[in-house]
Amino acid sequence: MGKQEQVEKLTRYMADFTSYISKVLPDDITAKLEELAAKEDGPLSKVIYDTMKRNQRLARELNRPSCQDTGVLQFWVTCGAEFPLLGELGGILREAVVRATMEAPLRHNSVETFDEYNTGKNVGRDTPTIFWDIVPDSDRCEIYPYMAGGGCSLPGKAMVLMPGAGYEGIVRFVMDVMTSYGLNACPPLLVGVGVATSVETAALLSKKALMRPLGTHNENERAASMEKLLEDGINAIGLGPQGMGGKYSVMGVHIENAARHPSTIGVAVNVGCWSHRRGHIIFDRDLNYTITTHSEVTLSCLK
Amino acid sequence: MLEIKDGKKILTTPVSAEDLKGIRMGDIIYLNGSMTTCRDVAHRRLVEGGRSLPVDVRDAAIFHAGPIIRPLGDDRFEMVSVGPTTSMRMEKFEKEFVEQTGVRVIIGKGGMGPGTEYACSHYKAIHCVFPAGNAVVAATEVEEIVDAQWRDLGMPETLWHCRVKEFGPLIVSIDTEGRNLFEENKIVFNERKEKAVEEICRQVGFIK
Repeated sequence: MGKQEQVEKLTRYMADFTSYISKVLPDDITAKLEELAAKEDGPLSKVIYDTMKRNQRLARELNRPSCQDTGVLQFWVTCGAEFPLLGELGGILREAVVRATMEAPLRHNSVETFDEYNTGKNVGRDTPTIFWDIVPDSDRCEIYPYMAGGGCSLPGKAMVLMPGAGYEGIVRFVMDVMTSYGLNACPPLLVGVGVATSVETAALLSKKALMRPLGTHNENERAASMEKLLEDGINAIGLGPQGMGGKYSVMGVHIENAARHPSTIGVAVNVGCWSHRRGHIIFDRDLNYTITTHSEVTLSCLK
Repeated sequence: MLEIKDGKKILTTPVSAEDLKGIRMGDIIYLNGSMTTCRDVAHRRLVEGGRSLPVDVRDAAIFHAGPIIRPLGDDRFEMVSVGPTTSMRMEKFEKEFVEQTGVRVIIGKGGMGPGTEYACSHYKAIHCVFPAGNAVVAATEVEEIVDAQWRDLGMPETLWHCRVKEFGPLIVSIDTEGRNLFEENKIVFNERKEKAVEEICRQVGFIK
């Protein structure tokens, strides 16, 4: 396969996969929503979960994006330095977004700042957002496409605490977001927390935490215990689906961490809504792919 | 008119003050008849600009929403996808909006504030939430787009006057007595949060 052909093939795959994730939720999210729905017994919770289920079925049947806010596209890329299309990948992802916008169709969500106009294509200055990790001695490429909707982007918050505030300060910071903006961000939420040294390091980790599969834990024992404590604590608030009250509030709490300056604790929180539209696809050097988030997908069949 | 069909409470426009009397905060209802999408700029034009709304919403419903519409030609349109937007943005205008237009049912996402509470109790109206993220369900409950006004505002802000069939579920968040589900929930949520924070903080003293 020539370079041009490879570029076209990868663009086609990524456009199709991007369209697909706007219509079908990942397996882990679907399973979690079903689990939470079964545990709720209030009439409001029941009717909301039933509506969600019907909506996802209709979206599949009618081949439409399941939520009208298809977000700003973000791609978390972990790419081997030997992957043949490393240099072309940025351009490929941009073009894939333009195609998916027309084909899915996705809502136009890219407004140029200061000039304040909507580009109408979902691409603009630095959108889609691409986060890069380059891995030496590897020839494969992993991509997480994610649709960052307006409602679930709004609660995002980061700050730097003084060490005196301790991990107790982190708890207070996260919990306060839940009862203010979290409420309107379409619970049950997936909560991502970044603990690091400054606002940008913490913020990046808090979003990266949302790419992790549900049910996984931070490898640090204390961090993992704090994930559980926060999950139980936020559930105890009882936001319920849509924040209208219920037994549960979250699909999970994920913490990602990095080392900190002795004088600071950087903390950030990011949330995903119940309609958590993220995918995960891995390509080898010949562009054979594996999708880990959605079963029963064959990209060549998608439109 | 209010009827109960297969256990569902269904409001059909025109809706009277009497119809809303028995509907309480937290009830689940459905809507038949006239519903018009109406959001930021339309509210501003009416309240600040002193212009009258080109669609008559008296005794009918408005929906805080920005849809995806497909033109069918001959000035006909199809609702592809529609979901509620944050109602709180319209709080600034809603009291006067209800007073002037006589709208009975306001549909959106999240809670609204004291101005809307006042309007609901004094002019007899309700605010309801359509569960967000369910854009395909909402779109398929729109039978027809019967009119489109103020098209200069662009697709999201145009007044799309729809005929809807069992549109819902709609969860009543403010009733005609001015009771507000979100505000009452917030008090409980904050109490529970304080208790949870205290409990967690006892177990995270990692800096020794």
